[in-house]
Amino acid sequence: MIARTRRPELPLRLLVALAVMLLAFALLPLVAQWFGSPYFIRLGTRVMVFAIAAVSLDLILGYGGMVSFGHATYVGVAAYVVAILAHHGANEPLLLLGMSVPGTANAWIAWPAAILAASLIALVVGAISLRTTGIYFIMITLAFTQMVYFLFLSLQQYGADEGLRLANRSELLGLDLGNRVVMYYVTLVALVLVLFGGWKLVHSRFGMVLRGCQQNARRMEAIGFRSYRYKLAAFVIAGATAGLAGVLQVNNEAFVSTADLHWLRSADLLIMVILGGVGTLFGPVVGAVAWVLLELWLEGLTVHWHVILGPVLIFIVLFAKNGLWGLLLGRGDDRG
Amino acid sequence: MAEPAGLSLRHLTKRFGALTATDDLSLEVRPGEVHAIIGPNGAGKTTLIAQIAGELTPSAGDIYLDGECVTPLAGPERSLRGIARSFQITCLCHRFSALTNVALAVQAHSGHSFRFWRAAARDVALQAAASEVLARVGLAERAQVMAGHLAHGEQRQLELAVALATRPRLLVLDEPMAGMGKEDSARMIALLKQIRGTCTIVLVEHDMDAVFALADRVSVLVYGRCIATGTPQHIRANAEVRHAYLGDDGEVTHD
Repeated sequence: MIARTRRPELPLRLLVALAVMLLAFALLPLVAQWFGSPYFIRLGTRVMVFAIAAVSLDLILGYGGMVSFGHATYVGVAAYVVAILAHHGANEPLLLLGMSVPGTANAWIAWPAAILAASLIALVVGAISLRTTGIYFIMITLAFTQMVYFLFLSLQQYGADEGLRLANRSELLGLDLGNRVVMYYVTLVALVLVLFGGWKLVHSRFGMVLRGCQQNARRMEAIGFRSYRYKLAAFVIAGATAGLAGVLQVNNEAFVSTADLHWLRSADLLIMVILGGVGTLFGPVVGAVAWVLLELWLEGLTVHWHVILGPVLIFIVLFAKNGLWGLLLGRGDDRG
Repeated sequence: MAEPAGLSLRHLTKRFGALTATDDLSLEVRPGEVHAIIGPNGAGKTTLIAQIAGELTPSAGDIYLDGECVTPLAGPERSLRGIARSFQITCLCHRFSALTNVALAVQAHSGHSFRFWRAAARDVALQAAASEVLARVGLAERAQVMAGHLAHGEQRQLELAVALATRPRLLVLDEPMAGMGKEDSARMIALLKQIRGTCTIVLVEHDMDAVFALADRVSVLVYGRCIATGTPQHIRANAEVRHAYLGDDGEVTHD
């Protein structure tokens, strides 16, 4: 018997959709400049930051069955770490456990530190939450989110509920991240890398185990997989990726506040994933675009815009199983 | 293929509150034999399988695989030691193809899976081994069909293929013929006849035709206790067995 090995194919429709998406993102700054609305460049960066966070959430939600109700925590914490390090770089050094640690705006130090912080929190939250499943998992991740939220709310030194301004933008390869076009393309590169890495991950041996655990954990245990450690690893990877989103976010907005850590932001991310299509990897990017546009448009119509958003979501959940991405492509990517 | 392993249960007891599902059960399964376990509904057969496979922890007693105590090991560890099980109610990854279901079982036994980059579907070693096992159970033509779309009989075959792909030394089958028609049952019996000898088989089954066609020895379980063990002929002739299980009228009934 000759083994038939299949490359995880990129069907034509998927390739076209991805090409169109990439082209649209790549051209947006030019179009925005053309129409004299550079405001859209910052907005576009914001969308891509959300997209990175939503894609990372989809890795555990759509491929691991983990409904994390606290994913914004990892984004927010990473953003805070960058802002705090920059704050101490510009002002007095940070006193940590009796040691004086100088702050920095160097991206090669601040970004890994921020992503590491997000990963460590994900490790702790995941290690505890993954001992439960279903509604309990949701509630525990939510509880941790609130803990971190109130922790930062209590830090007077870093602005508490008023938030923290980014003293200096990160220094990365001599790029001027204060320039909105530069910031935009840096974020676009990050998004493309995250999508490429995510695609590789969900089709790798690791990804297959993760997806197997989502479909039938009992079976996976019976054939010899300790599902806990694979799910935990995925949870930490998702946390780290969300951390990358946070690093970019704080550089784009030059500001971070506890609103970025609030559970409502985590709910927003969940909505983006559901809108775009759970377990579709690329769908959450569309979900992030749709979410930001919907928010903009509906906010303009009425202050009670959630009244409209709610039914739209219910409609999507009921009639478009794989979200907007499913509507675009016909179906999700379930194949091994 | 690894050598068949012997299984030894010593004073195994499992209580659920006031209910004793497994009651001081001691049983020897010889390496390489097909050992059938029969008994009326509620005799504790599935509970016993769950304990052998490591899904349930016994309240007392120990389980030995080839003389080595495996009682403290969890399910995945026991799988890696060579205990495989099939489920009474089909337990597969329904949105994966038949081939992928089997490939995952091969993957589970070829080192850790913290490999994040190369596509598993392009891993020739995995796919070739999985295809070979699928062919053995007669599902080669159905390799690319989603497990959830297979017919019931095919799902039972796939269930067996997944267990075989872990290259077991001890295979525990929980009613492999459950819900099957005559034709499918006959095919499954033929399949199990092919497998016998390559690993030890513990077969829990209601279908007496299958039990008497396959088993080297039979144990009868009633209320969590083993009331008799012996050759199929011996069990047919045993009065206590007839009384407890096969019917009071003295006739061995099939069904």
